Amino acid sequence: MPSTKLSLPMGRATREAYGDALLELGKSNPAIVAIDADLAKSTFSWTFGKQFPERFHNIGIQEANMVGVASGLAACGKIPFISSFAAFVLCKGFDQLRMGAAYPHLNIKVAGSHGGISIGEDGVSQQSVEDIALACALPGFVVCVPADEHTMRRAVHAAAAHRGPVYLRLGRPKAPIVHDPSTPFAFGQAIRLRDGDALTIVANGLLVAAALQAAEDLAGRGVEVRVLDMHTVKPIDDDALARAARETGALVVAEEHLHHGGLGSAVSTSLATTVPAPVEFVDLGDTYAESGKPNDLMIKYGLTAERIIAAAERALARK
Amino acid sequence: MTSPRLPAIIQDALTETGMTALSPAPTIDELEQVARSLRRHILRMIAAANSGHPGGSLSAVEIVTALYFGGILRHDPKHPDWPDRDRFILSKGHGVPVLYAALAERGYFPVAELSTLRQVDSRLQGHPVQGITPGIEASTGSLGQGLSIGIGHALAAQLDGRGYHTFVLLGDGECQEGQVWEAAMTAGNYRLGSLTAIVDSNRFQLDGAVEDINSLAPLAEKFTSFGWDVAEVDGHELGAVSDALRSARADRERPSCIIAHTVKGKGVSFMENNNEFHGKAPTPEQLQIALGELND
Repeated sequence: MPSTKLSLPMGRATREAYGDALLELGKSNPAIVAIDADLAKSTFSWTFGKQFPERFHNIGIQEANMVGVASGLAACGKIPFISSFAAFVLCKGFDQLRMGAAYPHLNIKVAGSHGGISIGEDGVSQQSVEDIALACALPGFVVCVPADEHTMRRAVHAAAAHRGPVYLRLGRPKAPIVHDPSTPFAFGQAIRLRDGDALTIVANGLLVAAALQAAEDLAGRGVEVRVLDMHTVKPIDDDALARAARETGALVVAEEHLHHGGLGSAVSTSLATTVPAPVEFVDLGDTYAESGKPNDLMIKYGLTAERIIAAAERALARK
Repeated sequence: MTSPRLPAIIQDALTETGMTALSPAPTIDELEQVARSLRRHILRMIAAANSGHPGGSLSAVEIVTALYFGGILRHDPKHPDWPDRDRFILSKGHGVPVLYAALAERGYFPVAELSTLRQVDSRLQGHPVQGITPGIEASTGSLGQGLSIGIGHALAAQLDGRGYHTFVLLGDGECQEGQVWEAAMTAGNYRLGSLTAIVDSNRFQLDGAVEDINSLAPLAEKFTSFGWDVAEVDGHELGAVSDALRSARADRERPSCIIAHTVKGKGVSFMENNNEFHGKAPTPEQLQIALGELND
C-alpha cells in the first residue's frame, strides 16, 4: 500500500466479519442454514458451523452440488448461506445458480470469499476477478461488495432480511475500517464518505480505502472530491450517481475486478441513461494477475490511490 | 378436473384431496389405462406444439403413473405447497410432457391447458419451471441438477421433523453429468433414507446409444458403492415399478436407487428404440397412427 497521510485503523478481514454475523443471525433465526465446500475455515462459515452443527453442512469439494442442495433447502423455506472461494462457487456453480437460484428467485445467499487479487500468493486460480460480472448477470440477484467489517456485518443481516438471491463478496486480507459501526446500511444505497464538487470517486471493497487516500491527496492540492462507497453493484444507486454527475461533473470508478462487467460497467450503464458525464476507470483491465504479496500485486496491477489520482486527472481534463 | 377417458375409480381419485393417496391402489389394469391416457396426452401435446421430446417422455410413463396414480406419492393437488407432501423432482426435464399430463389428470391444472405446451404465455414451459406451474418442484432441463435439489428437500425434512419422501427421476444419459455423482456421494454418506433416485434407463441420449457414447456400466454397482440400496426393475411393468417405489418409500436407513429398464418411445411402434424421436414431434399423420395404437 502507498504511504498514507490518512491513518485508517486496520480492521478484521471481511470474511471474518461474515462468520461473526452469520453466528449472530443463527442465534435469532432458526431458518438460517449454512453450507460450505471444504473451505469453512477460510470463509469463516465455521464460526457458525461449530455453534450450530445441525444447521451446518460441510459438503466437501462439490460446489455445483452445494448450490443444488441450497436450492432444495430454500424451496422448503430455509435461508441457506453457502460459501466457498468466489472463484469456485461462481464459476463451478454458475449453471446451478442460474437454474436453482436466479430463475426460481429462491432465497439463497452466496458468500464468495477471497475476492480479487489481494488474496496474494495463491495466484490466479484462486483469485476471483470476474465474480461480480457473473453474479450481476443473474436476473434478480443483489450483488454486494462490502468494504470493511462493519458494512459486512450489516450486509449479512440485510441479506437474511432480503427475500431473494444475494451475492456477497468477501475479502481475505484485513481491511481498513472506513465506516462507523452505526453507519446506516441498505442494499442499493451508496454511502457518501466525503464530499467535494470537483469530481466523484465511486469505489467498493478494498478500493474504498484507496479512494479515501486519493481524496486526501487531491484535497492537499486544493481539489475537493466526493467519495461514494458503492457497496451494492446491483441494484446500483442510480440517484446517487446522477447527483454525483450533476454536482461534480466527472467520475472515477475503482474496483478490484476485471474491467468488463463490474462496478465500472454498472456505473456507466446507469449514467448513460441519467446524467452522462466523463468516467475513468481503475480496475484490472482485461487480464489475470499472478502470485505475489498482496500489496505488491495491488501496486503492480494498479489498484492504488496513485492510480485513482491519475484517473481523476484524466477525468478532470475531460470536464 | 376429470377426464372421460379414465375409469371410474380413477375419476374418483381425481376428485379426492390426495392426502389419502396411500389408501388402496387401483388395479394394474386400471393403471395401464391411465398409462395409455398419459401417452395419448404426451403425443397430442407435442404434436400440437410441433416441438418436444416424445422418446424420453414415453419411456417414463409407467414410473410417473405408479407415483401419481398408484398410491405412492402423498400429495394434494389442491394444495401444491402442502409442507408434508412427498416431492417428485423431474431431473430429466426434457421429459416434462409426461409430468404435465399426470399433473393435469390429477387436477393440478386443467387438462385443456395441456394443449398450450411450449406456447407464449403458457404455464407449461418446454422444460419444468418451479413457481409458475402447480406441482413442479424444481426448474430443470440443464441435466444433472435434480438429485442435489432432492438432497436439499430431504435435509429440510430432517431439520423440520417432517416425514415426506423425495423422489428424483433421472435419465441414464444424464448420469454422465459429474454433479449426479457429487450428489450420489453426499446422499450416500448422509444416509438419506428419505431420498429415492429413479433412473429411466432407456439406453439412449440425444446423439445415440449411451453404451456407445460414454457407458455407465456397471450402473447398479456404482450406486451401490456410493452407499445406496439399488433395485432393478422392468420400467414398464406397473406392478414391479409400484413395488419398487413402495419399498423405497418405506422407512430406510440408506437412499434408494431404482434402475428402471425402459424402452425409449415405449408404446408407439415406430418410436420404440428409434432415437429420431428423442426430440422430434410426430407429424399429424404419425400422431393419428400412434393414437390408433394407444386405444383402450
